[in-house]
Amino acid sequence: MVPVSYYLILSGILFSCGVIGFLIKRNIITIFMSIELMLNGVNLSFVAFAAQWGHLSGQIFVFFVMVVAAAETAVGLAIIIAVFRTRETLNVDQVNLLKL
Amino acid sequence: MLHLILFLVFGAICVAGAVNLLVQRHPISSALSLVVVMASLAVEYLLLGAEFVAAVQVIVYAGAVMVLFVFVIMLLNAGEEELTKGSSVAMVIGVPGVLAGGLLVAWVLIRRSGQSAVALGALPGYPKTIGWLLFHEFLLPFELTSVLVLIAILGAVFLAAKPDTPPSPEGRKG
Repeated sequence: MVPVSYYLILSGILFSCGVIGFLIKRNIITIFMSIELMLNGVNLSFVAFAAQWGHLSGQIFVFFVMVVAAAETAVGLAIIIAVFRTRETLNVDQVNLLKL
Repeated sequence: MLHLILFLVFGAICVAGAVNLLVQRHPISSALSLVVVMASLAVEYLLLGAEFVAAVQVIVYAGAVMVLFVFVIMLLNAGEEELTKGSSVAMVIGVPGVLAGGLLVAWVLIRRSGQSAVALGALPGYPKTIGWLLFHEFLLPFELTSVLVLIAILGAVFLAAKPDTPPSPEGRKG
């Protein structure tokens, strides 16, 4: 028997690591990976709550989160490719203008 | 007891991977540590009984999404990340703030939900039950996500396509 709070704390640690990476990283691809890390942390808490309340809706919601994350990854990486093509850099500090 | 040991071992691997993602400077190293995080999260899902979610986690996240990431990193030839000077105020206030907030959240979680514990494989999410729910109770969201994925595919192709390349008159050649 593992308390649900342990799972929630693990999910909180993963989410915080994602937030920290989102704030301190300068490479746009790594920032994007930090977002994926945050989504994974949230998924773990969904599954933990589903087990706590004995209802499968939490697992269904994880499925939907994964679908949206996959779609977001495809579009986001395409945007990164487009940004790199016009600016020749992946450093977010140098991507500070909407106009070229 | 076995449940707790497995949870702690794979939770530690998970956190180590997440911290390694932050520490590494090269995007490929970060991507590989993210694969470690996702694989050990799949084990955590299995411990909770979510078999379908664990399988999808390995196939979709650790498989497809990370392959996409690694592919883009190699396509763009991303090198070492150059650091920029952060503000010292952010470090002085931020690190203790994160620690205090994290400890507060952990304390509240342990105090308020300490009684409820989940057994090994508490809620078996077999593919059959998940599929039944998806096609009965959650049919409309399921169909909407299929539309979303279609739009995402079209958007990705449109965004990543080479801009203003005139079609060659003799058609494509190798």
